[in-house]
Amino acid sequence: MIPLPWLLVFAAALFCIGLFGVLARKNLVAILMGVELMLNAVNVNLIAFWRYFSAAGEDSTRAWTFVAVVLVAAAAEAAVGLALIISVYRRRKTVVADELNLMKG
Amino acid sequence: MNLENLVAILPLAALIVWAVLVLLVDLWIPKSRKFITALITAAGLALSLGLTLAQNGQSRSAFGGMVAVDGFAVLLNVIFLASGLAAVALAYDYLKRMGIERGEYYALLLFSISGMMLMAYASDLIIVFLALELLSIPLYVLAGFARPRSESEESSLKYFLLGAFASGFVLYGVAMIFGATARTDLAGIVAAMGSGTGNPLLFIIGAGLLLVGFGFKVAAVPFHMWTPDVYQGAPTPVTGFMSVAVKAAGFTALLRVFTALFRGDVYADLWPLLWGMAALTMIAGNVLAISQKNIKRLLAYSSIAHAGYLLMAFVPYGTRLQGDAVASTLFYLIAYGLTSFGAWAVVVALEKNEGMGLEIEDFAGAGRRYPWLGLAMIVFMLSFTGIPLTLGFWGKLYLFRTAVEGGYIGLALVGLLTSIVSAYYYLRVLVVMYMKPGEPVAQGGPWVNILAVATAAAVVLLALFPGPILDLVSKAIMLQ
Repeated sequence: MIPLPWLLVFAAALFCIGLFGVLARKNLVAILMGVELMLNAVNVNLIAFWRYFSAAGEDSTRAWTFVAVVLVAAAAEAAVGLALIISVYRRRKTVVADELNLMKG
Repeated sequence: MNLENLVAILPLAALIVWAVLVLLVDLWIPKSRKFITALITAAGLALSLGLTLAQNGQSRSAFGGMVAVDGFAVLLNVIFLASGLAAVALAYDYLKRMGIERGEYYALLLFSISGMMLMAYASDLIIVFLALELLSIPLYVLAGFARPRSESEESSLKYFLLGAFASGFVLYGVAMIFGATARTDLAGIVAAMGSGTGNPLLFIIGAGLLLVGFGFKVAAVPFHMWTPDVYQGAPTPVTGFMSVAVKAAGFTALLRVFTALFRGDVYADLWPLLWGMAALTMIAGNVLAISQKNIKRLLAYSSIAHAGYLLMAFVPYGTRLQGDAVASTLFYLIAYGLTSFGAWAVVVALEKNEGMGLEIEDFAGAGRRYPWLGLAMIVFMLSFTGIPLTLGFWGKLYLFRTAVEGGYIGLALVGLLTSIVSAYYYLRVLVVMYMKPGEPVAQGGPWVNILAVATAAAVVLLALFPGPILDLVSKAIMLQ
């Protein structure tokens, strides 16, 4: 069995890659991918904890419930996000975050 | 799922069923008669409001401890549903005037409110996350509702990206707390940490991440950057709804989760962070508002500043003043909600097509030409500042008292000084409305005018007799 800290470090790394993607990328689709990476890093965390707790004999079925909820919420978010990106692209012909700067002050 | 559980969340269940019905019925309503959709929506909100009031005085949990029906939830649900009614009144004529009259506005509004109600009931971190997503996702779409106006689309995208980013933090925080205690229900987490089986390191990491995530939702500095752009670009009724209801929902989450979980040692680690956040939010919100020329941006920065005042009273939540922190926050949410909806009603009344008529200079002469709207705006601006004889004064007094009694005198001082600064930009709006010549046209329609005058009357009358609200908020106790 892989030790728990390894899995946690892996999940934290995944989260940070996602975070970097959101902060550093300019393309809206890439930013959305970063957000999805962050959410899935949490799923890795939850599953790792579940394995650790069930090996220790604790009841932690809520981890599964939670993973299912997160997956559905992430899917809904991606659907709305992609729709918004397409809607912007149709009018402005760009998906670069820096070019969306009508409002200032 | 047995019947008892369903009865416990009946106001919420009824609202969700109603929202689905609105979505369906709207298909058969012709484009020229969309007011029918608005009326159906208002009826659904009123129904849910009645069911909520019938829950008054209850104190029980349902769904295996995932949901708590208590005085806190009932009072907040009344605030959310009343905000929904106000948002319908604001949009009734606005959507037609702007040429964006689509029935989805009302269905999305109902879905968002059901998410907020779920947040008020939540006593499990899974439900907190679910409620956060349910209230946010319809709002991302609502912010872009004035499509194809570019500003609206842009505001929607910004709100979406930062909102999704913030929910990532909330989620990571919840996962860490689950890892620390193997539980997600608030009572179970408290028990696990109390018995010493929990992992304190993971727990404190989780607390910090939750603070970041909720900070985004209530627009606390340094997580406030999205607010002015989103508030400016979104259709004005949606902005009004966001400035009141979403802020209230964010504070609901903070109060529910933090007052239950992060006490004792964790509180000792957290309060300096909260202190800094509250002080920065008050300072930045008020200072940045001074130079604004657009009324929507001005009110956006003002809403950031008010989030700071609310945070100020939230800081002593871990001391013996927990009851006061909760009660004063709820009191101020009511005062701020009434004032803010009224101010947005005045903005909606004076807004012109294509996002014109939103500069403060465009309000010149409005005070003399429309005496009622002008008088209402005087009340709102004074209430925002916290001048006596308005509800905002009592609200701020209560917040300051909580902060001072909690021993955070420095913070109260920051609040007092920034309140004085805020008088400058609130009064400037009144000066422009009354002292400068101009010929603005108010075309908000009857419901917007009624909303403005009614909220102004409520702000003044409730300030003369604040007893009933004080009584209400002090009874809004959380089940623990």
